Amino acid sequence: MSLLDYFRSSKPKTAPLAKERLQILVAHERKFRNQPSYLPQLQKELLDVIRKYVNVDQDAISVNFEQDDNQETLELNIVLPDYQQTNKPINS
Amino acid sequence: MARIIVVTSGKGGVGKTTTSAAIAMGLAKKGHKTAVIDFDVGLRNLDLILGCERRVVYDFINVINGEASLNQALIRDKNCNLLYILPASQTRDKDALTQEGVGKVLDELSKDFEYIVCDSPAGIEKGANLALYFADDAFVVTNPEISSVRDSDRMLGILSSKSRRAERNEEPIKEYLLLTRYDPDRVKLGEMLSLEDVQEILSLDLLGIIPESKSVLSASNAGMPVILDEKSEAGQAYADVVARYLGEKLPHRFIDSKQGFLRRLFGGRK
Repeated sequence: MSLLDYFRSSKPKTAPLAKERLQILVAHERKFRNQPSYLPQLQKELLDVIRKYVNVDQDAISVNFEQDDNQETLELNIVLPDYQQTNKPINS
Repeated sequence: MARIIVVTSGKGGVGKTTTSAAIAMGLAKKGHKTAVIDFDVGLRNLDLILGCERRVVYDFINVINGEASLNQALIRDKNCNLLYILPASQTRDKDALTQEGVGKVLDELSKDFEYIVCDSPAGIEKGANLALYFADDAFVVTNPEISSVRDSDRMLGILSSKSRRAERNEEPIKEYLLLTRYDPDRVKLGEMLSLEDVQEILSLDLLGIIPESKSVLSASNAGMPVILDEKSEAGQAYADVVARYLGEKLPHRFIDSKQGFLRRLFGGRK
């Protein structure tokens, strides 16, 4: 370690931090890049319909759009409230 | 048919116009008849960087609107007679650029030129979209800095989805990375993203690294593209970029920091 290094070592390295933040951010943004623009609206309307019948949370529904070379897949995932939990008073 | 190059980045201030001027001059100097177009309507600056601001009579919008012919609007560069500049309009609205109009001008230029360099404005609005729409090749200008890399990644998404080639299902635009304002000393200290860091995220064909250099400002002060300053590192780096683009195999330079006198004295790093 040279004399110059000694003075330098006091500074924290920020480049690795930048890289890590970028990797997370870019991965997230790429996921949404090719999505059709109607997805958020679709998600909201589906949620409204489901809520007519079952009381679910805002985040109980997830809409995923994936694109391969030849096909586009729309994956819809709804987590219904736990029957056991919602009916606990009956069992106890 | 001309090859259409867009110089783009998303983020502003990373060196798009500096790059456009340098590579257009470089291509012309290599004997290729080249036109460089400023797409930054309302904020034109390419004319300043190329030192022809006092010779602008007609502009890109005038040509699109049929108020002037292409030959009237094109300015022949004072340093190289194979380079022509088509300036942007400084007074018009951005909406004056239309896809049809731009397409027509590019078609006409294509008959007479080998390369057309489109200097994109920052952002992802109309000017930027039209600058890349007709492109065959894209030079993505990126600084080793977090917001620039993010914006470049965003531009790559747009290049692959909103270009004419994408719409026609043709072979996609060829995307190249130009890493500008690179400071190997700061990379070594862990203060700046390295070439590898940036490539891990963008993974593009690297056309060259342009080191941070005082000569870039001096060149713009003088209205001379920095590539004409053959003594400067930035000038040499741009010359390498042009040569690589034209197919020459050159090793990359300016990646490692120089061993300065002081550093050698103090033991230095390898």
